[in-house]
Amino acid sequence: MPRASPRLRGSMSPDKLVMMANQISRFFASQPGGQAARQVADHILRFWEPRMRAAMLVHFAAGGVGLDPVAREAVALLDHHDPAADLHTRPAAPSG
Amino acid sequence: MGLIQETDHGTPPSGSAGMVSLTIDGMAVMVPEGTSIMRAAMEAGVTVPKLCATDSLAAFGSCRLCLVEIEGRSGTPASCTTPVAAGMAVATQSERLKQLRRGVMELYISDHPLDCLTCAANGDCELQDMAGAVGLREVRYGDEGANHLGQQKDTSNPYFTFDPAKCIVCSRCVRACEEVQGTFALTIEGRGFASKVAAGMDEDFLASECVSCGACVQACPTATLIENSVIEIGQPEHAVVTTCAYCGVGCSFKAEMRGGELVRMVPYKDGRANHGHSCVKGRFAFGYATHRDRITRPMLRARTTGPWREVSWEEALGHVAREFARLQKTHGRDSIGAITSSRCTNEETYLIQKLVRSGFGNNNVDTCARVCHSPTGYGLGAAYGTSAGTQDFDSVEQCDVMLVIGANPTDAHPVFASRMKRRLREGARLIVIDPRRIDLVHTPHVSADFHLALRPGTNVAVLTALAHVIVTEGLVDENYVRTQCDWDGFQAWADFVAEQRHSPEAVASLAGIDAGLIRDAARLYATGGNAAIYYGLGVTEHSQGTTTVMAIANLAMATGNLGRPGVGVNPLRGQNNVQGACDMGSFPHEYPGYRHVSDSATREIFERMWHVALPTEPGLRIPNMLDAAADGTFKGLYIEGEDIVQSDPDTAHVAAGLAAMECVVVQDLFLNETADYAHVFLPGSTFLEKDGTFTNAERRINRVRRVMPPRSGMADWEITQALARAMGLDWTYTHPAQIMAEVAATTPAFAGVSYELLDRVGSVQWPCNEAAPTGTPVMHVGHIARGKGRFAITDYVPSEERTGQRFPLLLTTGRILSQYNVGAQTRRTENLRWHEEDRLEIHPNDAEMRGVREGDWVRVQSRAGATSLRAHITDRVAPGVVYTTFHHPETQANVVTTDQSDWATNCPEYKVTAVQVSPTNGPTDWQRRYRAHSAASRHVAAAPAAE
Ligand code: SF4
Ligand code: SF4
Ligand code: SF4
Ligand code: FES
Repeated sequence: MPRASPRLRGSMSPDKLVMMANQISRFFASQPGGQAARQVADHILRFWEPRMRAAMLVHFAAGGVGLDPVAREAVALLDHHDPAADLHTRPAAPSG
Repeated sequence: MGLIQETDHGTPPSGSAGMVSLTIDGMAVMVPEGTSIMRAAMEAGVTVPKLCATDSLAAFGSCRLCLVEIEGRSGTPASCTTPVAAGMAVATQSERLKQLRRGVMELYISDHPLDCLTCAANGDCELQDMAGAVGLREVRYGDEGANHLGQQKDTSNPYFTFDPAKCIVCSRCVRACEEVQGTFALTIEGRGFASKVAAGMDEDFLASECVSCGACVQACPTATLIENSVIEIGQPEHAVVTTCAYCGVGCSFKAEMRGGELVRMVPYKDGRANHGHSCVKGRFAFGYATHRDRITRPMLRARTTGPWREVSWEEALGHVAREFARLQKTHGRDSIGAITSSRCTNEETYLIQKLVRSGFGNNNVDTCARVCHSPTGYGLGAAYGTSAGTQDFDSVEQCDVMLVIGANPTDAHPVFASRMKRRLREGARLIVIDPRRIDLVHTPHVSADFHLALRPGTNVAVLTALAHVIVTEGLVDENYVRTQCDWDGFQAWADFVAEQRHSPEAVASLAGIDAGLIRDAARLYATGGNAAIYYGLGVTEHSQGTTTVMAIANLAMATGNLGRPGVGVNPLRGQNNVQGACDMGSFPHEYPGYRHVSDSATREIFERMWHVALPTEPGLRIPNMLDAAADGTFKGLYIEGEDIVQSDPDTAHVAAGLAAMECVVVQDLFLNETADYAHVFLPGSTFLEKDGTFTNAERRINRVRRVMPPRSGMADWEITQALARAMGLDWTYTHPAQIMAEVAATTPAFAGVSYELLDRVGSVQWPCNEAAPTGTPVMHVGHIARGKGRFAITDYVPSEERTGQRFPLLLTTGRILSQYNVGAQTRRTENLRWHEEDRLEIHPNDAEMRGVREGDWVRVQSRAGATSLRAHITDRVAPGVVYTTFHHPETQANVVTTDQSDWATNCPEYKVTAVQVSPTNGPTDWQRRYRAHSAASRHVAAAPAAE
């Protein structure tokens, strides 16, 4: 097969996860209600496969370089997430 | 089983509510006001002879065959152009009428070749029928006088032939092209005896404006315009009603067969999405189904560089089951997954997600809707509580203002575009927001009131500026908002959009459009009557795709354009079953009906149905699967009907992800680009070879019916079931109807759907349940589904993909009428005649600056990669913007697109890539290597299969 581009990187690469978390944070930070970190954490819990969350937590534990303040707060919430808690008992986030 | 004969009432229905009573041949008849006498007679069961009338077209009154007598009136008026009146007494048959009609027919026939026995239309010709109906027995004029018999045929169109010698100049074709299709390609040239049908400026059909929709062929009462397949094969003898497998319009067709051979696809008048119209793809481009490239036997290989070996189904499926088990044992339960396609039926998609959730024991299932409309699901779900368009297509007839953003309906949704154009010709107003001057901006008798040619990537800024005008100029429908929406949320939103930084004047230079244009467009949308928004992938395929969908939802709520016919938010879905794929739970975080995998009540429904404990965590999305593969934690993938190497962004990254897997299973019609990286190939079936349903862009569930047996021996749903059984699951479906029954039993919006209902009523739009037993054409009537509509703040975040010195141009992508998606099907038909290669559209200024001339090879370089293709210089694109399609694998447009994606759904940002364009001599190194790799990996060993 043709050589892959030199930019081969996995989802578990912190750069990409940080970029995704920051993108999500920018949206929720702009919403009213002052719940941004909680909403970002919920979004990540609802849409990120556990491997991605685990990699993010590893990155966070190592200092979380690159994370926006809201994203940082959200990841801290993830850290304390009780996996047994049913997400859908919180106000419904939409599908997509 | 015979052909399906549809009644031709001669003229369209009147649509009036008032009723009129009259008698026809002594029979009492009651019909709506404005109905023609011809139609009233047909409804009473009396057929009046006719030639120039057909019920898809307005009455014309030229052939004089449909004459009738009306008591108390002199003369013999044409029944097609004369409306009924109360108390009228009509006679359709009398000695005088007989003589007159015979006289008319005699004149027609005297100038018509009498080769009925060898004519391709023999048995399907209205002229022949009418000669019989009027009792024509002799023709007094010979063919030695002036006639049209020696004229040349026009065979330029690959799908139909025009034989002017047989033309009776009824102008049905001309009117069909105008009224039904809206292309105005045909005219009647000359007058009297010299008059004849001409395409374009007296060109041949292929060179003319004709888009080969087939409406004229359909309308022609003689063999003058006839399908080549009928000339070649002969008249069909039986028919089955089914649904087009190409785009999200979901047109119904009669598949007309002779024995096991498909003769032609004829648009079905009762089809509620298309009402008897079609486009070149659904009507003519079915040849791929019997193309010699079809693979019909399962194949295996140990290494993706080795040759394929044909094997039995048992061996192939056994191998997959063993490999998947081995991978899960070695690398964990989550190391495998599946991808379904929006081209699959609902039933196939349902089975794939069931296989993943209940068989693989994880939620690693995704669909190609990820890369097109996932932001629609998220955005509309958030605003309204339902992840779908709000209207039916018929709603366009009551629309006064259309706002079309990021969609190119005449190319991508042609049959619906024809209806839009018809409504626009009737006077509806049009706003187009698109970087490119799409055809709809100027088509015959249609001109957009405003075209906002914004810079790619600035949708949110422009939509928020529209909202700014609506709020600050007091154009909000406050009554609607107060009663239907969350008022606090509205106020926060209104304060936000009213900020000066969102004014058109502030946004103008960023978006590259005039502030006045934005203001005028906003005023028209808010005050022009029923306003509807139609959007496509130019909205969703951005890093702010979801935010854009929310901005659209906001506009409709703020102006009260929701919850009745003629308004609403209408996502135009790309592929045939994008809506259905999303509905059927093919996203990794949700079950059918958009219910999250962590919702224990939903999970219990499926656990009870499937007798297995189900996982609670979301699975991997397509890009995450590829990333995880690169990381070494994702090893096996089952892909049905999807070509991710060609269709997904950043090709090199996709290829590397696939190459890192140990068992890639591709189920498809052809050895596609993705199959180059596969270890197992399972031969799939075309839509002609299976039963099922597709759900179109208006939530309409249409039946797909099998018209011929699957070439590989198994329909796709049977293959998935066989794989499930090989993996130890106890599945025993014998027909897709049972799968739909399971969907209905587990998914509230589908509770009332069954094949029995679909066969009875034709189609239904979900929600279809106890509250709406025959479906829901318009949603949010009375109240918005989620309770109160939710306004979201739509802050503009510029894409990371920015132009600069290295990459000064913005590349955006799209598609054209004759081709479909990655082109695997349409490239294997004569549609290639309209699009032999992808080209790069570039503005004359940008071309000149780079020394690029029309047709030159250019290299398009982004930070992801480079590809080469030929240039087309046009001012359709603004300076600074270049555009291409992605229908040909050689072009490899996605080598250039990057891995930027939507913040909420990871829908890739196909529509914005910063690039540089420079002259070059030919394909890039990557293209050459890719071609060599493709050729090497498609080798099938000669050894005979052991089946
Ligand atoms: S095929 Fe369609 S576009 Fe072409 S001439 Fe006929 S009606 Fe017009
Ligand atoms: S081509 Fe057919 S439809 Fe057109 S004018 Fe001639 S007979 Fe009528
Ligand atoms: S491709 Fe779309 S518009 Fe064309 S016939 Fe098929 S469903 Fe209809
Ligand atoms: S059918 Fe009425 S005039 Fe031709």
